[in-house]
Amino acid sequence: MWRGPSRARALARPSITRRTLATVTETPVRRYGGLKDQDRIFTNAFCRHDHGLKGALTRGDWHRTKDILLKGDSWIIQTIKDSGLRGRGGAGFPSGLKWSFMNKPGWEKDKRPRYLVVNADEGEPGTCKDREILRGDPHKLVEGCLVAGRAMNASAAYIYIRGEFYQEAMHLQQAVDEAYKAGFIGKNACGSGYDFDVYIHRGAGAYICGEETALIESLEGKQGKPRLKPPFPADVGLFGCPTTVANVETVAVAPTICRRGGAWFASFGRARNQGTKLFCISGHVNNPCVIEEEMSIPLKELIERHCGGVRGGWDNLLGIIPGGSSVPVLPIKTCGEVLMDYDSLKDAQSGLGTGAVIVMDKSTDIVKAIARFSHFYKHESCGQCTPCREGTTWMMNMMDRMVEGRAHQREIDMLLELTKQVEGKTICALGDAAAWPIQGLMRHFRPEVEARIAAFRAANGPVLFGGRLKSETEPGLALPDNLGAHLDEDIARVAATPPTTSA
Amino acid sequence: MLRAVRRPTGHRISHRLSKPALTGLRSFTSSSARHADITLTVDGKEVTVPQGTALIQACEAAGSTVPRFCYHDRLAIAGNCRMCLVEVERAPKPVASCAMPAMPGAKVFTNTPMVHEAREGVMEFLLANHPLDCPICDQGGECDLQDQSMRYGSDRTRFHEITGKRAVENKDFGPLVKTSMNRCIQCTRCVRFANEVAGVEELGTTGRGNDMQIGTYVEKAMDSELSGNVIDLCPVGALTSKPYAFHARPWELKNTESIDVMDALGSNIRIDSRGVEVMRIQPRTNDDVNEEWISDKTRYGYDGLKFQRLTVPLVRQGARFEAVSWEHALAAIYDGLATSGAKGDEIKAVAGHLADTESLVALKDLINRLGSDNLALDQEGGDTAPVHGVDIRSNYLFNTTVPGLDRADAILLVGTNPRHEAAVLNSRIRRSWLHTSLEVGWIGERADPAYSYDYLGEDLNAVNDFVAGKGAFAEKFKAAKRPMIIIGSAVAEHPDGAAAYAALAKYVEANKNKFVTPEWNGFNTLQRIASRPAAYDIGFIPSKKASATKPKFLYLLNADEIKPSSIPKDAFVVYQGHHGDHGASLADVVLPAAAYTEKSTTWINLEGRAQLGRAAVPPPGASREDWKIIRALSEVLGVPLPYDDVMTLRDRLWEVCPSLVKYDVTEPVSSDVVLAGLKHLSSAKGPVKATTPLKKPITNFYQTDPISRASVTMAQCTRAFVQGENHGFSEYGKASQANFG
Repeated sequence: MWRGPSRARALARPSITRRTLATVTETPVRRYGGLKDQDRIFTNAFCRHDHGLKGALTRGDWHRTKDILLKGDSWIIQTIKDSGLRGRGGAGFPSGLKWSFMNKPGWEKDKRPRYLVVNADEGEPGTCKDREILRGDPHKLVEGCLVAGRAMNASAAYIYIRGEFYQEAMHLQQAVDEAYKAGFIGKNACGSGYDFDVYIHRGAGAYICGEETALIESLEGKQGKPRLKPPFPADVGLFGCPTTVANVETVAVAPTICRRGGAWFASFGRARNQGTKLFCISGHVNNPCVIEEEMSIPLKELIERHCGGVRGGWDNLLGIIPGGSSVPVLPIKTCGEVLMDYDSLKDAQSGLGTGAVIVMDKSTDIVKAIARFSHFYKHESCGQCTPCREGTTWMMNMMDRMVEGRAHQREIDMLLELTKQVEGKTICALGDAAAWPIQGLMRHFRPEVEARIAAFRAANGPVLFGGRLKSETEPGLALPDNLGAHLDEDIARVAATPPTTSA
Repeated sequence: MLRAVRRPTGHRISHRLSKPALTGLRSFTSSSARHADITLTVDGKEVTVPQGTALIQACEAAGSTVPRFCYHDRLAIAGNCRMCLVEVERAPKPVASCAMPAMPGAKVFTNTPMVHEAREGVMEFLLANHPLDCPICDQGGECDLQDQSMRYGSDRTRFHEITGKRAVENKDFGPLVKTSMNRCIQCTRCVRFANEVAGVEELGTTGRGNDMQIGTYVEKAMDSELSGNVIDLCPVGALTSKPYAFHARPWELKNTESIDVMDALGSNIRIDSRGVEVMRIQPRTNDDVNEEWISDKTRYGYDGLKFQRLTVPLVRQGARFEAVSWEHALAAIYDGLATSGAKGDEIKAVAGHLADTESLVALKDLINRLGSDNLALDQEGGDTAPVHGVDIRSNYLFNTTVPGLDRADAILLVGTNPRHEAAVLNSRIRRSWLHTSLEVGWIGERADPAYSYDYLGEDLNAVNDFVAGKGAFAEKFKAAKRPMIIIGSAVAEHPDGAAAYAALAKYVEANKNKFVTPEWNGFNTLQRIASRPAAYDIGFIPSKKASATKPKFLYLLNADEIKPSSIPKDAFVVYQGHHGDHGASLADVVLPAAAYTEKSTTWINLEGRAQLGRAAVPPPGASREDWKIIRALSEVLGVPLPYDDVMTLRDRLWEVCPSLVKYDVTEPVSSDVVLAGLKHLSSAKGPVKATTPLKKPITNFYQTDPISRASVTMAQCTRAFVQGENHGFSEYGKASQANFG
């Protein structure tokens, strides 16, 4: 520890040969990960126990919820702020702060109803954490609705659940019914004198309806197309009333944080990335699973400890997408270093997203994998704003050609430019989400793409911009000079370079 | 500092006067609380705008043009084209300026590399799936995409995908709107217009992402009187005009700013002509009248100007007309008048729908000089003085004024369907109904005005019940702060008209503190005929004695609705007008006159607003301007009128009624006079049958006058919308709303 300049100077004196007691010691390296069972929030994530009220009560749900409610809105929000909880839906906005937007000075004078909307439209490829909560611990969510709703003085919660989640919707409905019956929600919820309703709305399966304003639109019965912000939902949201949209996990951890204290939750993970989190690991690991772990656990440890390692050993790893389909892929070198939290992954030019870890070993066709994502985003783009509507299709077409190698070398940079033209220009984040995986691919696996293009060129002759073969053109007709047909390139050089898998 | 927002001068004066130190006077106007102004910097220029202004408007105010496709200042904000991106200091990403409110102290840049890059990117995406068929596109020359691609487009494409461009099937929107959906850039202006203004809620988007399409899902014609406006709104060539298709290019056209006469609203129009032909009619912005919309009849009726025109004077020879010279025709009238032996009130003039103010005054002067007071109007009961009289303007005008309509919080419609009688005005009612808690009551024949209403009944009994305060709507109306009663012009033509006017006038008198204040007059008559307010203003009505006289000589000025039975067999009939319609077929002498696009004349709209139309093309053949014909005839008949040019004639207009030549303004009637008028109305005694329903006067919106009856396009519209003939797949509900409504 740094003790000040005078002592430092004293230490530097050559006459002192003996070590004193006040030596500068190394700070103990804190290792993250290895969450103990007693610290788990979602104790029925594997659905091994009763998901109903009886089971939930044995797991500690609804324990003295009334007391939490009676502590009042500012206490709950302060506790959440202290806990350092950040939104678990992907953007990672501090939850306490977000909830406090609902309680602006003078909010009591606003006679409009106020809503909490829970985003259970979990549609991101690779993500399956909310599903486990809805299936195994639905009472955690219902109780979370009440607590979070109390914090923002909401009168009702709408849970927008993905249409495909049939069993989950049934479990959740059962939990809501049981909670009503037990008097936990409804009029005079938990005997606290606070009225609170919970409604379940089943979506129809559009990914874009997981975007908060599109979700609100969909809930209002309109087409699920994102709204413009401002006004933010906290001012004009569902049915024109103040609304906060929160992820299932964010809401479901709130009661436990209130019971065990913000400091307990904040004791996990690095600063600004505190807490525990459900990680869903899929892909080429020996044991794909959804596991609750401490934030900031090293990615490698997460995979080694819970998933039985990468199929064929760590060295067989090609790359990992650490946060669901919308974040850039990481190469093996980075995978060994990063911690699973917002900041570390951001520094690695990726993101924590929803905590959906997609592991790919060397058998993966990484270009095809990313092209598949492009298909997904093309299919799920709502079509409202220009860059996303046109860009996703264009990017998909180019990625399809890259898979085959049917492209011109220069089109890689053009594709990257297209992703930049989409990124940050759209109404919602779907445009960004479509652009980032391609950027990640080109950042780390560009030689692979280049090699494919070279191989295709070697086999089929020059390829024009747009994918047409030069051999398919009419020789008698002049070719426009913007098709790249006459570009003088060292084909042999590119073809001779052996395909490399990582940068 | 650049003062960006123009304030009404009246406000500025009141502002100055309200300073007690200066004068100590009370202000003239009590204007509502204005939003605070905020100041921001756009491209280094400081600009002050009212709070809540969109950033794009603040940029405009600062003189920095921001390109846009989806943004339109009269429609809701969609923010989806992303063309209007600007850079705002401390914002990490470019900001869509149409969707962002201007913030005090913000520093906005519209001309930075970041902005250019963003806009060029968006432009490239827009063009990627755009067919680039400008040479065969009707929008060419007035296409926003074309114009802006000159600024932000790349000179050569990067889009060479082998998958090709998107292809979208064209939609059938009926006989007016032509679609070319490949060109659509999904700005959704048309969708927003249809939903917010026109009330065609079927139009929307289907599909997602690049498969998104504009359409009605189940294909059907766009059944609205305002559908043509989507053509103007469409920034590209996806929606173009079907009747105008491939007829002209915008740079070939001469633009003439004029006034529409298809209804009494007096929409401001721009007549685009090439040579002697009117090629199309477009709206002109006037916030006080039509904003920037016009009805389909206004827009498409012009092709009627090319058919069935009277081009030479005609004289009846037995069963047929013979073309003659002007001298011959005028002499024939002289002879006809002499042989008919008409004296005094036996000389009758009938003013039709499309008579302009100048010719009305000239004709009245002529008939008066011939010793007659028999001035009839071409309508049901036009042979007698109207029940509302013509002495007090407020009894027959739309006193609330068109912009005033926006402030009403309860409207009672009596015997009218504004959707057909003043379609653009109706869209204002709809807008208020959408955005405020406006309550609408309806007495008369049911119709679909594109908003919901409380139906009170169809005849005088309903009026009496309402006046007596019976029913839920009457109570709501009582509670309203700014109530409005709109009486259709057909009520005055109804047998119970006098009684209905009397009852409603009594009601208004009883609630005069709400209805008649210095800044609000809620008692309105909705005129539906362009010439009518002017005719009333100049007193073009018969005296009591005259109306009982059987005419021997009739002068029909544009009178085409006249019943043949109302013309005595032995009477000599002169028709002056521009179309060989009903009126001309009854005449002994036909004088060819100019249509509204061919003469510069004054039109008085339903609020009493005088507006000057302008000639766009010359009158065809030997036809002449109306007032000149009457002036020439007066010479032949030996009673020369004392005006030789239009300026002298307008001096005469000023003598008759000064407001006729006070152009572009409405002159409010003072409260005392309004009350006097109401007293006159309420004391009237009329025959009361009380069981005859108040019918709406227009059954076919598309054919109401000689021009629209001669129009091929209007005939197609009649088939498509009124007769409900099959369009596309719309077998369901064959008869369209115009039939029901």
